[in-house]
Amino acid sequence: MSVAKPAAFGDATAIAALVASGDRTAAAVVDDHLARIAEHEGDVHAFNLVMADDARSAAAAVDEAIAAGETPGRLAGVPVAIKDNMCTRGVPTTCSSKILEGWEPPYTATVVDRLVAEGAIPVGKTNLDEFAMGSSTENSAFGATKNPYDLDKVPGGSSGGSAAAVAAGFAPASLGSDTGGSIRQPASLCGVVGVKPTYGAVSRYGLIAFGSSLDQIGPFTTTVGDAALLYEVIAGDDPLDSTASPQPALPVSSKLDAGVDGLRVGIITEMAGDVIEGISGDVLARLRAAADALAAAGAVVDEVSVPSTVYGLPAYYMVAPAEASSNLARFDGVRYGLRADGTNTAAMNMASRTAGFGPEVKRRIMLGTYALSAGYRDAFYGKAQQIRTKITEDFDSAYENFDVLLSPASPSTAFALGDKTADPLTMYLNDVCTIPSNLSGHPAMSVPFGVGDDGLPIGVQVLAPMLGEVVMFQVAAELERAGA
Amino acid sequence: MAEPDSQPALSRDEVAHVAKLALLDLTEEEIDLFTVQLGSVIETAHDMNNLDLEGVQPTHHPLGLTNVVREDVVRPSIDRAEVLSQAPDVEDDRFKVPPALGED
Repeated sequence: MSVAKPAAFGDATAIAALVASGDRTAAAVVDDHLARIAEHEGDVHAFNLVMADDARSAAAAVDEAIAAGETPGRLAGVPVAIKDNMCTRGVPTTCSSKILEGWEPPYTATVVDRLVAEGAIPVGKTNLDEFAMGSSTENSAFGATKNPYDLDKVPGGSSGGSAAAVAAGFAPASLGSDTGGSIRQPASLCGVVGVKPTYGAVSRYGLIAFGSSLDQIGPFTTTVGDAALLYEVIAGDDPLDSTASPQPALPVSSKLDAGVDGLRVGIITEMAGDVIEGISGDVLARLRAAADALAAAGAVVDEVSVPSTVYGLPAYYMVAPAEASSNLARFDGVRYGLRADGTNTAAMNMASRTAGFGPEVKRRIMLGTYALSAGYRDAFYGKAQQIRTKITEDFDSAYENFDVLLSPASPSTAFALGDKTADPLTMYLNDVCTIPSNLSGHPAMSVPFGVGDDGLPIGVQVLAPMLGEVVMFQVAAELERAGA
Repeated sequence: MAEPDSQPALSRDEVAHVAKLALLDLTEEEIDLFTVQLGSVIETAHDMNNLDLEGVQPTHHPLGLTNVVREDVVRPSIDRAEVLSQAPDVEDDRFKVPPALGED
């Protein structure tokens, strides 16, 4: 059964315009969305927490400000859903983990502050694979999220709740985080736009860390224009994140209507069915259709090899768990979250971690601890970091001849709940097309481009060079026009 | 790291040792399961040996930023009472834990 209805009450740009002009109140917009959530959330389970009262108060404040003649923000009255690994002061933030259940952060993530400063209204905290580790949102300690297009299927992950919330029309926009594909893969499976910006383009302050050299926050929306708008709101230097790129947000909305005439588009050979196995035929057919559409619009399309991308998966499953094992050491039952009984501090630390973390998080911590342990560090972690350099160099070579690259975002359409939970490696393969961009730090996004043999959504991934978001959005906008 | 195919990528003892390092108390069943599951991931990681990486510099961070500093000025920080309100146990404005030494 499908309960999908993207932009059920208009997209973010349209809502902001109506609220800014006074044609519609933020209160009415929020009530519409809360009613839709009340009707279908039981089926979808996109949220860990619906912030109904907070949303109504925030909407009233936006309406009062506009009535008082204040300049409306760029997202005035736009409901947004926030992945539950981003801190919201005084509002529970769980990472879908028992170890943080009930925790109320004493500060708010920069991205959330920036959305709210532009009049956006957080309506809830969305479900995820525990600590963002997974590709189906089945690893949540609070139950799986369902794909709004088919409630027997997964929404992808780890930002499955944020993708599903937008696909179900619970909010026109949401935020996710992407460490190995956790925005782009669920965007593909849920038929929405999902963007992983250049590493450092968006502040990670208040994002609970998974893989610090890989993590990046980005938007889910129903249109490329909305994604550009959210990007421009959340991106830019932040003194609270010393790893953020020290420059203002790129003007990604500026070329959405420019077309692609003369742009050079390269299909990544390794992901076009020839080298990396397991990409389904209908996904490859949509990739070809997207390339044809860009060629018809005047782009110069060719294939290009990015050879070391085939080593992305093994390298990622050393780097990401290694960083995770270090980042998650802070969850020890001392300062926040779950504490289990222990007769001494060390026993309490171990009992708390053992009771608080789910199986996949334990697997990743174990893997990372192993990869960093004496005698193995050079063979695993060190080699993986060298592969990051190789992948970056290969991408850079490709970008000498191409403006953007094209690939699938996910190897398949949405799969059945429970289908891939038995073998972790099978689940990890879902990220084979998205991981290389996290290792290199380059931007990439998934744009809906038709459906598969099963009638479920398929996204095409547009990849761009470092800080190449403007041309990435330009090409994505053309795909949106061609796909419509 | 080339190993004969017959030898498992990861031994049960190694898994038990790593669990201890990671402060995780795994059951016997979990150790068995993780030995197989993590072993298959580590086997895949051996694919990295197929690539010639001689002389390739490692990437630690995509942007390669160094020495990011701010002006040394006093500014407000997170409220202490708010932080402590979220702690499992507190005494006199401090986090409280069980004794550092004691029976296991």
